[in-house]
Formats: sequence, structure tokens, C-alpha cells
Amino acid sequence: MKICVLVKEVPDAAVQKRIDPSTMRLDRSGEKNLNPFDTHALEAAMQIKEGGAIPVEEVVAVTMGPDSAVRALHKAVALGADRSVQLTDDALAGSDVCATGYSLAKVLESESPDLVLLGQQSDDGECYTIGAVVADHLQMPSLTQVIKIDVTDGKLRCERQAEYGYDTVEIELPAVISVGDAINEPRYPSLKAIMGAKKKPLDNKGAGDVGIDAGQVGEAGSKTKVLALNPPPAKEAGEIIEDEDTNETVEKIVAWLDERKLI
Amino acid sequence: MAGILVYALHDDEGNFNKNSLGAISEAAKLAGQIGGEATALVVGDVADDAAAGLGKYGAAKVYRAKNVPEGLAQPIVDAMAKVIGDNGISYALFGGGLLGFEIGAGLTARLGAGVTMEVTAVKVQDGKLVAERPILQDSEIADVGYVSEPGIIIGRLNAFDINETGGTAAVEDVEVELSPWSTKATMVQRGEQRGADVNIEDADILVGGGRGLGAAEGFKLAEELAESMGGAVAATRAVVDAGWYPYAAQIGQTGKTVAPKLYLAAGISGAIQHKVGMQNSENILAINKDPNAPIFEFSDLGVVGDLHKIVPKLTEAIKAKKGG
Repeated sequence: MKICVLVKEVPDAAVQKRIDPSTMRLDRSGEKNLNPFDTHALEAAMQIKEGGAIPVEEVVAVTMGPDSAVRALHKAVALGADRSVQLTDDALAGSDVCATGYSLAKVLESESPDLVLLGQQSDDGECYTIGAVVADHLQMPSLTQVIKIDVTDGKLRCERQAEYGYDTVEIELPAVISVGDAINEPRYPSLKAIMGAKKKPLDNKGAGDVGIDAGQVGEAGSKTKVLALNPPPAKEAGEIIEDEDTNETVEKIVAWLDERKLI
Repeated sequence: MAGILVYALHDDEGNFNKNSLGAISEAAKLAGQIGGEATALVVGDVADDAAAGLGKYGAAKVYRAKNVPEGLAQPIVDAMAKVIGDNGISYALFGGGLLGFEIGAGLTARLGAGVTMEVTAVKVQDGKLVAERPILQDSEIADVGYVSEPGIIIGRLNAFDINETGGTAAVEDVEVELSPWSTKATMVQRGEQRGADVNIEDADILVGGGRGLGAAEGFKLAEELAESMGGAVAATRAVVDAGWYPYAAQIGQTGKTVAPKLYLAAGISGAIQHKVGMQNSENILAINKDPNAPIFEFSDLGVVGDLHKIVPKLTEAIKAKKGG
């Protein structure tokens, strides 16, 4: 089978993120990295491939994003993907969740995957929804925030936490599964894999190449609009203690607790 | 009709989820302002009086799809899409929770509708709903409007308060044709409890443990500290999923919501999913070695340091103080 893993380039965790007030979009300048949640999806793909319960012909990393996003694909390939696909087009800029999900579904459709894996959220958008949007467009069953996948008899047996405890769900392929970070510990890429990543095939596709209707994407095709940005209600900043001398730190904590009659 | 449809989730015993009830109350308030009704959708074998009872929270009508199973999103997307289409409903509103995210996202694709998630409040501007969504670790709040109807609003956990206004809802059964792909996922087991049963909701003092504890054995530190103060131990989803601590002790998005007098967070970064379950605690004390951990932004006392050094000494100091 063929596994497609959706990946995303996000601002590095250490970068102070801000919204560009002229576009109302996230300012994506500065250091960027592969979305950390996506490394769990790649690892899950590799474990299915290596597990042998079902033959996996290839693992393809797929992204939508500007030219710079190629680095996220290189990382994905270094982590084990056989090749990658980048959907990039000026027409896609400013797409909301509805338009992004549609665009990703179109590029995935061109690959006809048997399984689509993705991370449960992106580090920048704090959004847990893309997997379910993509699945409905592809008319595939789906489950999000999955923490265990077993392949048996050509089906997936997945576990995840929902409102009332752990659910076990059996899913037929093809399917779209988003994984939680508890599913595995992603491997580190070998130096050889990092060096070889740029040599693996990378397809560049525009919106027209995968049959995206230009009227449904980008800022103009989006169904939501950010009308304003406001600061959150002010909250008094808490006190911070840097632990230099632990005995002293503990004394301060005990005094703080005592003042509030908590001990 | 400019109505608002709420999905009302229930457990296997038929109890409705309190976030769903809050969403119904919120929908009733908003529907009054935009000139429409709040309605709810229930799926599965929900009794007449239970369905009609949602009127107490503000639902004018309850649509019941008996042939649609509860617990997995896609069949419910089929049901919501049908009810929204047949009745010209303008907005779908979900309380917090995993299933609401999945159903709302599926509806976005199905109806080509705009969606906003993690919404903490909804207001009316020019007769339309505008969702308030905190972004960038809650450092800003975006007002999100909808270019077209229907619009989909997915609330954050505990965003909407339950308001009992009384009343009985009319119940209308709907026959829903399931999409072929909606029947390809099957629930094998729902709501399995893992690990010991512990009660964290009644504790005045809670010590929350996160990944910073390092391993399952690290919880011993949290337990000893909690014991010294007469409190209980809670945990983040990450460590529960990793098997370090029982599910019953989990706080946050898919766990419990607590508001103790003291919440002492040990090795917890303070991700939004955890924050929504404990931010109403009276006093929040956080110990974390990462000075940039988001938890310091909403704690009353933040201690930047190695909890493995600090917690054992703190436990001893509290014991000594209590003993003396």
C-alpha cells in the first residue's frame, strides 16, 4: 500500500510568533522547522512499513506551502519518506481551514493513497481539524488523536482517548488518521539520511495541476474572515522565582503557601 | 430561518455531556439575538423525555436520528448536514470536546462552510455571529466572522455556561442516510477506563504531574508532595497516554475540569488542552525548568528550576512545618 504523510513547516518553537496586522495572518518570517507533531505521523508510517503486517510500497511526504517549505520535506524524507510532493501556488495564500482542507484533499487525490497520516495539530495554528476535513473530501473514514495503530487483516485497529475514556475503533482502508504525540518516540535521522534527503524525488505541483478550483481557495475563497485582533483580558502577572539556591527557593515557596493559608 | 443547531453528545447511560448543554444554552441566547431558534441533534436510542428535556437548557426543538450511532464523528456529520440542509439552519455550534472538533471539521468539508475552533465566546454583530478565538498561546483574541452561511463554531472546553430556563423541546425523528465512508469505522469498545479509579474533583489541593517528572516513577515525588499537604495527584494527558498515571486522574480537554484552592503543577508545560481543565484554580503554582513554558503565563507563582531537586525538599519542608 501507499502511505501519504501530511507535513507542515511551522515557525520554530523558540521564535516569538506574531500576527502581521496588515494581513491578519501569522508572520512566518524567521526560523522555521518541521511541525513536531508531524514527526510522530512519519514515525507511525515507518513503523507500519517496518512492521510487515501489510506490505508498504512507499511513504510519501506531502505538504502545502511556500518555496521555503521544501526544507520540511527534506526533513520528512530524512526521517524515512521515500519521496515528497509540494503543493505551492500563490493562489493558495491566506486559505482558511475549509480552503486548506480542500486543497490538501486535491493534492492527496492525485496520489491515491491507501492511508493518510498526519499529526494531531500544527504547532502554530493550534488546530485539530485538518484530518477530518481532508477525510470527508476524500470520502474516507477517519479518526483523530490516535495513540495506537495495529494493522490486522488489512484493517486498522486504532485506540484514542475521547470524552468518556479510551475508545477502540476498527477502520477499513483507505483511511485518514491523525496521530497524537503519545503514539511513539520519533527516531532521529541518521547523518546519511540527512545528506541523502535532497537527492530523493520531489514533485512540485501547482493548484491547476491537481484540479483545484481557484474560486475555493486563498483569501478570496475562504469562508471565514478575521475581523479584528484584540488583547486578552488583562491578568496580573505572577511572581517568578529562579531556583539558584534550592533551600532558599523552598523557603520562599513555603512562605507563599503559608500566606495563602494553603498549608 | 436563522437557527443554530447544537450537537448534544451523550454517554452510554444516556447522560448528556455538560459542554453540550452549555452549548445549547449559548445557542438559545444567541438565537434570540439573531432572530431564530436553538435546536439540538441527538443520535442513537435517546428516550423521548430525555430528548424533550433538552428544552430545559433552551432548545426549542430536538432532532433525533435513531439510526445513527453515537461515538464516532462521520455518521453524525451525515445527520447534521441533513438537518442543516432541510431546515435552512445558519450555524452549527459545538461545546468543547474531541467529537465536536471532528464533526465540525467534517461538516466544514461537506457543506463548504467556514469553521472556527477553540472558541471562547460568541457575539452578535449586524445580525450575524462572530466567534472569539484566542490564538498564539492565548496572547491575542481573533474576532472571526463568516463570509457565508452556514458557519461552524467549535467551542473550547467549558467555554459556555449552562443556563436552565425551563421548557420542553419538541422532538422530531429524522431518517438519515449514512454516507458509504461513514460506515467504514466501527466502535469496538467505547469509554474504557484504564488504571486505578481516583477522585481528583473534590480535592482542595492538587499536585499535577507532567512529562517533566521524567518517568512513571517520577510520580512518587508528586504523590509524596500531595500527601504532605493532604492533597491528591492529577496528571496531564501526555503522561496518561504514556501509561505513567491512571486515566481517572487526567485533567484537560478530554479529561476532568478542576478548580481546587491550590494547583501545584510539577513539570507541566501548560498546553492549552491542559489549561482549559485547571485555569479556574484559586492559586496556581508551577515548577518547570523551561523559563518559556506557557504555564508561567497563567500561574500565580512560577518557579524556574529542576523539580527533582526542589520537590523532595519542598515535601520535607512542608512536613516539618506541619509537624512543628
